[in-house]
Amino acid sequence: MPGMIRRIVAASAVVCVFAGVVADVFAQSTADEIAKYRDALQDGNPAELWEARGEEMWKTPRGPKHVAFASCDLGQGAGVVKGAYAQLPRYFADAGRVMDLETRLVWCMVNQQGYTHADATKTVFGNGSAKRSDLEALAAYVTSRSQGVKMNVPLDEPHVHDMYALGEKMFYYRGGTHDFACATCHGDDGKRIRLQDLPNLTKVEGAQKAYTTWPAYRVSQGELRTFQWRLNDCFRQQRFPELVFGSDASIALTAYLAGRANGAEYRGPAIKR
Amino acid sequence: MADPMKIRANVVGDSTEVKVLMSHEMETGQRKDAQGKVIPAWFIQNVRVVHNDKVVLAAQWGPSVAKNPFLSFKFKGGAKGDKIRITWVDNHNDTRTDEATIA
Repeated sequence: MPGMIRRIVAASAVVCVFAGVVADVFAQSTADEIAKYRDALQDGNPAELWEARGEEMWKTPRGPKHVAFASCDLGQGAGVVKGAYAQLPRYFADAGRVMDLETRLVWCMVNQQGYTHADATKTVFGNGSAKRSDLEALAAYVTSRSQGVKMNVPLDEPHVHDMYALGEKMFYYRGGTHDFACATCHGDDGKRIRLQDLPNLTKVEGAQKAYTTWPAYRVSQGELRTFQWRLNDCFRQQRFPELVFGSDASIALTAYLAGRANGAEYRGPAIKR
Repeated sequence: MADPMKIRANVVGDSTEVKVLMSHEMETGQRKDAQGKVIPAWFIQNVRVVHNDKVVLAAQWGPSVAKNPFLSFKFKGGAKGDKIRITWVDNHNDTRTDEATIA
């Protein structure tokens, strides 16, 4: 009798191991198929439509003061777009704070073009042709001009360094109704939501791969989404209070993740499922 | 007025390869909004590509084509510097024509 039980236990152990292998094979082939899908989408990324609209906007005088973005300094001098995104967030002495791209664009719209802050941030995330976001188009244009440039966020600058440190703290801070931290989903290899693999942002390669592919055209939404949107939606999924657009919290997290991506070539705007 | 198309046209061997991105909502007429009201169908119906006054592609599209469509095709002939002209017309009779030079 005992011998037979032992044999049954041994047999079921074999079955379990086998099931584990099958699950791995499935997970692997799913990831492969998703990778193929992403490759197929690479050609003809509709983000280019946003880039074109953003470029037009960048060059055209706008706002109550009728001023173009030629006077907007993204950190590389007034009106310089090339390579600017790879060195953001950074500290801007004229504004007295560390800013990411979108916050800086809003600052230029308010301080140079004469928009009210409310008008400049009325539609930060677009929704179809009825509700288009200027900021998404501008971000697409500016980021596209950093393609191939190595990420180089100035982390040795004291203000940026402080924001980076704050962002790191927030990344591991657990809270909300679900007691979640960013690290809960993005702190281990091989985690996923439904079929989507989640990047492990605690590893440099994970952070680099993730950060350098935002903004991205989201096929499932038919919209171009920026990094501010990405963070905002992560907060929603964690059931955190809504992340205020351009808040220090959003910039700190951006500084942390952008800083972690330093050294990697920027490849956006990308396309995602 | 709809946004411009993004057109790339390159000579590949004895053919010209054309890649076009169009900015369009491509509503199927099957979806409902947050209030439960049907969102009316709104999609590109006809696409026409002309090279040297000759139609090289004429297509009829329906609501199954995705938002912001990407169209890629090849046609025989075409030389560097030639112009191609692309026109779409949607079911609202809105239309857009853009031109590109073959590179």
